Amino acid sequence: MMKDFKQSILVSIWFVFLTFPLMAVRVNTTEQVVEWRWMSMVWVAIATFSLSYAWRYLLARKQAKKNEEDISHGKLQLLMEDMGFRYKAMGLLLLLALIFPLVFDTYQNTIMISALIYVVLGLGLNISVGLAGLLDLGYVAFFAVGAYSYALLNHHFGIGFWSILPVGGIFGCLFGVILGFPILRLRGDYLAIVTLGFGMIIKVVLENWSDFTFGPSGIANIDKPGLFGMDMNIDSSTTYIYYIMIALVVFTILITNRLKNSRIGRAWIALREDEIACVAMGIDMARTKLSAYALGAFWAGMVGVLFAAKTTFINPASFTFMESAIILSIVVLGGMGSILGVILGAFILILLPEYLRAFSEYRMLAFGAAMVLMMIFRPQGIISNIRTKYEYKKLTEETEHG
Amino acid sequence: MAEKHKLLEVKGLTMDFGGLRAVDSVSLEVHEGEIAALIGPNGAGKTTFFNCVTGIYNPTKGDILLHPKGLPTRRLNGLKPNKVTEMGLARTFQNIRLFSDMTVLENVMIGRHCRTSAGIFRSIIRDKGVRKEEQEIVETSYQLLKKVGLAESANEFAKNLPYGAQRRLEIARAMATEPFLLLLDEPAAGMNPQETGDLDQLICKISEEEQIAILLIEHDMKLVMNISNPIYVMEYGKKIAEGSPQQIKDHPKVIEAYLGEETDA
Repeated sequence: MMKDFKQSILVSIWFVFLTFPLMAVRVNTTEQVVEWRWMSMVWVAIATFSLSYAWRYLLARKQAKKNEEDISHGKLQLLMEDMGFRYKAMGLLLLLALIFPLVFDTYQNTIMISALIYVVLGLGLNISVGLAGLLDLGYVAFFAVGAYSYALLNHHFGIGFWSILPVGGIFGCLFGVILGFPILRLRGDYLAIVTLGFGMIIKVVLENWSDFTFGPSGIANIDKPGLFGMDMNIDSSTTYIYYIMIALVVFTILITNRLKNSRIGRAWIALREDEIACVAMGIDMARTKLSAYALGAFWAGMVGVLFAAKTTFINPASFTFMESAIILSIVVLGGMGSILGVILGAFILILLPEYLRAFSEYRMLAFGAAMVLMMIFRPQGIISNIRTKYEYKKLTEETEHG
Repeated sequence: MAEKHKLLEVKGLTMDFGGLRAVDSVSLEVHEGEIAALIGPNGAGKTTFFNCVTGIYNPTKGDILLHPKGLPTRRLNGLKPNKVTEMGLARTFQNIRLFSDMTVLENVMIGRHCRTSAGIFRSIIRDKGVRKEEQEIVETSYQLLKKVGLAESANEFAKNLPYGAQRRLEIARAMATEPFLLLLDEPAAGMNPQETGDLDQLICKISEEEQIAILLIEHDMKLVMNISNPIYVMEYGKKIAEGSPQQIKDHPKVIEAYLGEETDA
């Protein structure tokens, strides 16, 4: 404790020294005098000292906790592993989600729709990054593929939303496989660079292939999803999209959950854990990797269609690297491989900035700080992966022993 | 001794890494019911030999032939590791390669992957066949864990197991692929005498009860001399001797290369 105290004092003195020219000295050019602001020095000292001390305290506590027990078994974690509680919570959440548009206005609905879009994107990326361990920094490319396939098909041929929804997913899949083939042998950093490049390529193509994609000016007047040819005003159509989105999220959760707990899902996780051992255990690496990419991209393509239908206007500016980074952060922050974690992560990362618009200038700063803190104190994410408990016959064993 | 069915036949296997010849025309045979051993000083090329046989490396020259019982002979050269495993040849690793963030049971369940068939669509629909298959995977895996004595820790993370148990888990995982030949790469490395003794028994049990032939790389001389016959000795990539434990013990070249200190004592 004493050591931490001394260290913190040293840190604060160092910071006072560093910030001295900025914080203490001020030249008043109109009156040609130098002002010495000693009080601000004191504030800098106090602030850095308390921050540094709190930092050390938290680190020490984390260390102590680590020695005590496995950090992955927090209270929240245990609660989540209780199946009865989980079903009740899910039912309640679904009910809340269903009455949400009845209570709140269109503005709230729109925000919620974009959060739900990111939930699906996060769940999709969770397949390739969280489960199969294949880092993808260009995930937004698949989102763009879905959005543009709806926008273009709608613009040229007037095909409706519902027929394109699965097509967008399949196009996403296709691009996932196209990306997957060249990078089958890559790992880690190299994989990250190639996927990053892929994301960039898609964006550059969208911007420059004007004949096909209408370039940076984008495509406008995309049809909103129809409901038996009914005319809808903005409010009701937003509500309608909201319900479609809820259905899509539920669908995504169901499918990804089943995949995760299947033979395929286990192969993905094994691939993430150890590639060589995975192959030596008879798992076809190429097929497993491709399926992870394709199924991850499927959701991005599908939700891309919905995105285009929601905004009715898309241009390449919506599909920047920043989007990929945010989706990746959702997965990392929420907890790699954990479906619930990813959903929570998406809500936190998308809703918080919306409701804290007053601090929007500091958004990236807070974002970065949150990420760093997260990596230090809870590297496994908000909710780490919950392992399935398998049922097996213990009876035979007991009789043998008895 | 009656002629036994030949399972694995390696003829003149050679592996070059650039200018370095890591394995130089080594021939080896493993018969049904045998526990064969491959020994040699560090860097003799034993693990490289294993990696060639299991498809991790593609050998420069030579033939690796597999004669499964009742099936036509297959040449393993250049096959992908997962194909080799599918053919009935499973391995463990010198430096343990478990799926550390999966549970012990799941590790073994991965081994069942190549013997089961549920694809993406059937996994999503989860029909009756898939559910039955899943249950079968769990039961078989659990039985295997019981065999190697890890049933109690089935739901623990693999990384939390003690070292000796991790070794046994690797063996259980390899056995889940239903091999007829098991390749163990230094299974007793880093184990204390008691753990080595347990392992000794486990290997014999696998060989006898499961009818699985075993080829092992080992440094622990006691273990090798106790349980394996025949023994092949490698040095600098070349095979220098082969034969029964007694023959190996008395072989001048082996004594020179490897066992010199033991005969002095």
